[in-house]
Amino acid sequence: MTAVMVTTSAMGQSVTGATVAVDTVLDRRTREVASELRCPVCQGLSIADSPSELAQEMKGLVREQLASGKSPEQVRAYFIDKYGEWVLLAPKPEGFNLLVYLLPAALVMGGGWFVWRYVRRHTDTPAEQV
Amino acid sequence: MTRLIGANALIVALGVTVVGLLLVTFGARRQRAEWVEAGYSATYLQFALVTAATFAMIFGLVSHDFSIDYVAQVGSRATPLYYTVISLWGALEGSILFWGWVLSLLTALVVFWNRDRGGKLIPYTTATLLGVGIFFQILLVGPAHPFGLVSPVPLDGPGPNPLLQNHWLMGIHPPLLYLGYVGMTVPFAFAMGAMAAGEVGDTGWIRLSRRWLLGAWAFLTAAIIAGMWWSYEVLGWGGYWAWDPVENASFMPWLTATAFLHSVMVQERRGLLKLWNLNLIVATFVLTILGTFLTRSGVLTSVHAFTEGNIGYYFLVAIAIVLLLSFVLVAGNSEKLTSDGQLEGTASRGSVFLLNNLFLTAFTFTVLVGTLFPLVAEAVRGVKVSVGEPFFNRMTVPICVALLFLMGVGPALPWKAADRATIRRKLLPPAIGSGVALLVALFAGTRDVFALLAFMFAAFALVANVGEFVEGARLRMQQRGESAPLALSELVNANRRRYGGYVAHLGVVAVAAAITAASTFKTEYEGTIKKGESLKIGENMAVRLDEVWGREEPQRAVIGTTLTLLKNGREIATLDPRMNFYPTSQQPVPTPAVRSRPTGDIYVNLQAFQQDGSNATLRVIVEPLVPWIWLGGMIICCGALISMLPVPGAARVRAAARAESAERAPGATTPVTAS
Amino acid sequence: MDDAIPATGLNWRRASIAGAVALPIIALLAFGMTRDPGEITSPLPGKMAPDFALEVFAQGEPGQERMVGDTVRLSEMRGQVVVLNFWGSWCLECRREHQALTNVASEYATKGVKFFGVLYNDQPSTALRWIQEMGGQSYPSVNDPRTRTSIDYGIYGAPETFFIAKNGVVAYKHIGALTEAIMIQKLDSLIAAPSS
Repeated sequence: MTAVMVTTSAMGQSVTGATVAVDTVLDRRTREVASELRCPVCQGLSIADSPSELAQEMKGLVREQLASGKSPEQVRAYFIDKYGEWVLLAPKPEGFNLLVYLLPAALVMGGGWFVWRYVRRHTDTPAEQV
Repeated sequence: MTRLIGANALIVALGVTVVGLLLVTFGARRQRAEWVEAGYSATYLQFALVTAATFAMIFGLVSHDFSIDYVAQVGSRATPLYYTVISLWGALEGSILFWGWVLSLLTALVVFWNRDRGGKLIPYTTATLLGVGIFFQILLVGPAHPFGLVSPVPLDGPGPNPLLQNHWLMGIHPPLLYLGYVGMTVPFAFAMGAMAAGEVGDTGWIRLSRRWLLGAWAFLTAAIIAGMWWSYEVLGWGGYWAWDPVENASFMPWLTATAFLHSVMVQERRGLLKLWNLNLIVATFVLTILGTFLTRSGVLTSVHAFTEGNIGYYFLVAIAIVLLLSFVLVAGNSEKLTSDGQLEGTASRGSVFLLNNLFLTAFTFTVLVGTLFPLVAEAVRGVKVSVGEPFFNRMTVPICVALLFLMGVGPALPWKAADRATIRRKLLPPAIGSGVALLVALFAGTRDVFALLAFMFAAFALVANVGEFVEGARLRMQQRGESAPLALSELVNANRRRYGGYVAHLGVVAVAAAITAASTFKTEYEGTIKKGESLKIGENMAVRLDEVWGREEPQRAVIGTTLTLLKNGREIATLDPRMNFYPTSQQPVPTPAVRSRPTGDIYVNLQAFQQDGSNATLRVIVEPLVPWIWLGGMIICCGALISMLPVPGAARVRAAARAESAERAPGATTPVTAS
Repeated sequence: MDDAIPATGLNWRRASIAGAVALPIIALLAFGMTRDPGEITSPLPGKMAPDFALEVFAQGEPGQERMVGDTVRLSEMRGQVVVLNFWGSWCLECRREHQALTNVASEYATKGVKFFGVLYNDQPSTALRWIQEMGGQSYPSVNDPRTRTSIDYGIYGAPETFFIAKNGVVAYKHIGALTEAIMIQKLDSLIAAPSS
């Protein structure tokens, strides 16, 4: 049987004390960056969420890089360098990718205008009386 | 033997379905009632045959008949009986068989309940259902044939996909999902039937559609919630929704169906939105087929078990036919669906329904665009991109907030133009409620604008919808002297559709508030601890590692930990998160331990362990209010059930005449469209 | 779904516009059928292969042999063609390609091609058992205990294999099981290339 084992010095901190607490500013920053990066061995989960071993290690790497003074942007750049744009869970809002952000917004605005006109057209009492 | 029964039943079923389709179609065109009747009988025969094939498969699974290739693919002698039976839908062929069976059942039910109606609507509706049925039966005799012969017969099989044999919810979620998905075929068939029969401008078909759609919607709601729950209990990441294409595929038809359930009221009351409602029905069905195509053809997700062979091309052809046919028919019939009615005021319930539809449509569109964008980007730029949780959260949270707000405003506003005094009187209590919620949320430390808005509007909708019950019941108590519980039950009874809707709203409030709280106040703790040590959780809690143990089960090996949950140093619970190792899986399948209380969950996942049992890596997630998501889902389904219950027969006709008075005295009489 | 459509009553102008709208959607889905969502094009080919220093746990056979416990550094092998195969004992595809890899590795040992297995997401002890079970591995395998090298190479599964040219640039990445034919073709062209 393959026992999968991680001894995460990066994640787990030292465990000499009776009680171990792990929730620091660095943890939160790690989580922020990690939640935007896609786990390569999962179905659409971020490396922050995925319990898989690879994702855990990637999260550990994010943490190390942030701890060593890299900016979140530099950490993202590292992963894009290795895995391509695919690794970003939200496409960078630039160039062609803008489409995926703007289309829904356009629909809301166009639809809102349409609804407004529709209500005006199909109302007995003009809106001003309300 | 079992194999031959199943295989032959499917072949005969295909023949019967084709003949049935020809009989009802030409019988209706040539006005030959006996042909139509024979076609109706064919639907029963089809149902009997597909049932025989389905039972043959279940028998084959249970009796470990490995000469059947589907059994050889998903069966194993070591698998417990429950999971052996439900592996019927554990892989592609079986799930298509089950799908075909549900469809044949619903087809027979549509015929059984409506065969006495005259006209061409039911024959053409049946024809559409049989047409869809033919597609699935072609799959079943062709690329997804489950009864192929395996030779030589293996002694044992690998067993179902480990993820599908790890939790009892896998026996619940897929059947609900299929009932919901396949159920959406029926309103679509009514729509196609009405267009073919030239009755699309009438109200008869839309009433039939509404009931079926409501039923399918209830199943789909339950399926989505059950799927979230399964994901939470099995995948070990402490979440329930990942905006995965498979999830999006089930969510998009739910959104359009929800939109329809609201906008159809505008059509029934005001004669508006006829074309729009037709579009929603068709879109709902198209989205179910699109979702199935996306998830089964391997276009978006690479689930290896589901991508073998060329079944994707069959789906592609089917979806092309459905898209072209429905687009052409709907656009071609659009002139017949002019809306002649009027809304009664800008600030009326009708307008709120229009806005509700706008946002639900925008929601659907956002999910669709996000789901398909990786394909578009690859086609245009040649680069693979991902569209996942951060994108969807950013884009859809504002829409959810707007919908929550409307869910409070809608019930509070009357259909008629409301004057300022009424609006003020109706909206004041919800506004106070949302003010209180804002203060509480701020006090609890919420700083995210959308989370604050979500809490506010959830409270708004809660007060507004509860207010409808209170106001209606109070009116009855005053007018009829009824006691409070009687007044409340009579109020709901007298207008089940309306108050069922409000009950569903309350369920949505629960789900929305729970999701907001769970994502806002979620805290995670992770650490590797030795035996006897504890991991601190928040201010006053901790988990102590008592033991790391192993156990061999017939179908898997289990490694678990025994943990004690401590609060202020006192032992309050024992938890046992586990990892399950299946021979066919490279990754262990986790079984997280969840301690549920109404205030929230403590979710513990075993991430890793030392082989000698000296330490374990744990991830503890504190997630407030999560149980309310599941509970809210059940409340929504209860609401749908209340809405579906038939109105006491005699009241129906009389009610129509008194629809207007119902508005003035809520619940006093039955409204116009209670069919 | 071939309902009889009444000959009259269909507005064909609107119908054909709607039909035309449906076509690009169908085309997009048809395009999707030609793609494999699991195959993510790696940005690495054409770039310098990331360096690593990993410890040998399986020594391989004469020709490719390295001592167990040795540290292998990619930077030391500049001027040689290197094949890196990321694998694990849990991976079924790795079984399929194993014989081909072992054969080609011993054949190309004399041509100066270095083969290394990089253990991904696995234990050396289990991996050694696997090698024994498979009848040996002609090239050494190194352990990547914290998968950092695997992440450096953008691995998302096993097996994945990198062909690194003499100048240290990734020439080709193969996803899934390799065949002898593919390896021979890639290696011959890499050996023929000048080493600068």
